[in-house]
Amino acid sequence: MQTGNVLPDTARIMGWLDDVPDPEIPVVSVTELGIVREVWWEDATLVVAVTPTYSGCPATAVIALQIETKLRDMGISDLRIETRLSPPWTTDWITQGARDKLRDYGIAPPVDGTASGGLAAARAARMGGGGNLVIECPRCGSGDTRRVSQFGSTPCKAAYQCQACLEPFDYFKCL
Amino acid sequence: MTQTADVTASALDEALVQWLLRIGDTSLILGHRVSEWCGHAPVLEEDIALANTALDLIGHTQMWLGLAGQIEGKGRDADALVYRRDAMHYRNLKLVELPNDDMAITVMRLFLFDVFHQALIEGLTQSKDPRIAEIAAKALKEVTYHLERSSDLVVRLGDGTQQSHDRMQAALEHLWPYCGEMFWSDAVDETLADAGLAPHPDRLREGWLATVQDILTEATLKAPEGRLDVHLGGKVGRHTEHLGFLLAEMQFLQRAYPDADW
Repeated sequence: MQTGNVLPDTARIMGWLDDVPDPEIPVVSVTELGIVREVWWEDATLVVAVTPTYSGCPATAVIALQIETKLRDMGISDLRIETRLSPPWTTDWITQGARDKLRDYGIAPPVDGTASGGLAAARAARMGGGGNLVIECPRCGSGDTRRVSQFGSTPCKAAYQCQACLEPFDYFKCL
Repeated sequence: MTQTADVTASALDEALVQWLLRIGDTSLILGHRVSEWCGHAPVLEEDIALANTALDLIGHTQMWLGLAGQIEGKGRDADALVYRRDAMHYRNLKLVELPNDDMAITVMRLFLFDVFHQALIEGLTQSKDPRIAEIAAKALKEVTYHLERSSDLVVRLGDGTQQSHDRMQAALEHLWPYCGEMFWSDAVDETLADAGLAPHPDRLREGWLATVQDILTEATLKAPEGRLDVHLGGKVGRHTEHLGFLLAEMQFLQRAYPDADW
C-alpha cells in the first residue's frame, strides 16, 4: 500500500502489474505479453502506457480497466492510462516465461523472430503456404502439424491440428 | 506573412480532416459489410476469419476517425462521427458499400481492396505527419495478412470448381467498374500529397494493376476489359442507395436512444 506521500517506485509498480492477467488468456499477464510499455510519475500522477495487440482487439478496454483496478487496489488513486501505438506491438515482446506458460496451457507459442510487416514477407508466406515454419504441437511436441485456419478463437491465434496425435490446438501467431 | 502561414495551416487541416474521413469511413463501411457475415458464413473458419478482419477494420476506423475528430476540434469523437452523420456526409469509396450478395463478391471485393489498402498503408508509414505514420505502422501488420488471406482465397476459388470459378469471374466483373475510385483524386488528395502526408492515389494504380493481374492469372480469372472508373463520387458524398440502408441498421441504437451507453 502507498504510505504517506512517498510514491512507490516504478519497478515495484510493474511488479504489481505482473499479477494482472490477460482477459482472454489468463495464464499470462499483461506485462509478460509486453502490452504495458512503461510506467512513470508526472508529479503525483501515475501514467501507464499501454499498447494494443491488434487494432480492434475487444480485450483492450478490459485490460485498461483491470490495470486501473489493480493500481487503485494498491492505493494509487491519481492515475492515467495512455494508449501508445508506436512502436507497434509484436509477438517478439512476449517473454520466454510466458511462452512456456502458453505451451502448458495448450497454446503453441509464436515462433521467434518471424513477425512480418511487409508485402514481400506476405507474398513469401503465401507462396510458401507458411510451410517453412514448424509449429510444434503443445500436447505431444510433434512438428508434424497443419494450419486449419489463419484465424482462431481470438484475433491473435490461428487454428492448427497435430497430424501425429490429431489434437486440434491454437497457435499464437506472429505479428 | 504570419497570416498567410495561418491560412495555409488551416487549409491543410481542413484537407486532412476530409482525407481522414475518407480513409476512416472506407474502413468502417467495409468492416461493417464484412461483419454482416458473422454467424452466417458458409463454414466456421470463414465466419471467424471474416469477423476478425471486420474487427481489424473497425479498429483502424477508431484510430482514423479519432484523429479526424481531434483535428476538426468540434468535440466530435469517433463514435459521434460514426453514429451521427447521414449518408451524404460519409466519404467512403462506393466499392465498399455495395451489398455482400454472394460470398464470391465478399471475397473478391476484399481482395481488390486489400491490394490497394496494403500499398496505401505502406506508403502512409512514410507520412511526414507522425500521427498518420504511427497509425499506418500499426495497421500495416494487419492489412498485410488481410491481403495474404484474400489473395489465397481468390486463387483457390478462381482455380477451383466450375461453379466457384464462374461466380468469382462474375464478382470480378461486377466490382471492376467501382475500383477506379480508389485512384481518383481531387484537391484534398493533391494537398496531402504535396505536403508529404499521403501518397497520391494515382501513384498506386500501376502497382495495383500488376499485383491484381498476377493473382488473377494464378486464379485462372480474366481481368475485365471495361473501364475501372465508371462509378465515382463516394469520396465526395455521392453514394449508392445501399449506404442509407446500411447506416439505418448501424446507427439505429444511437438514433433511437441518443447517448445510450453500457
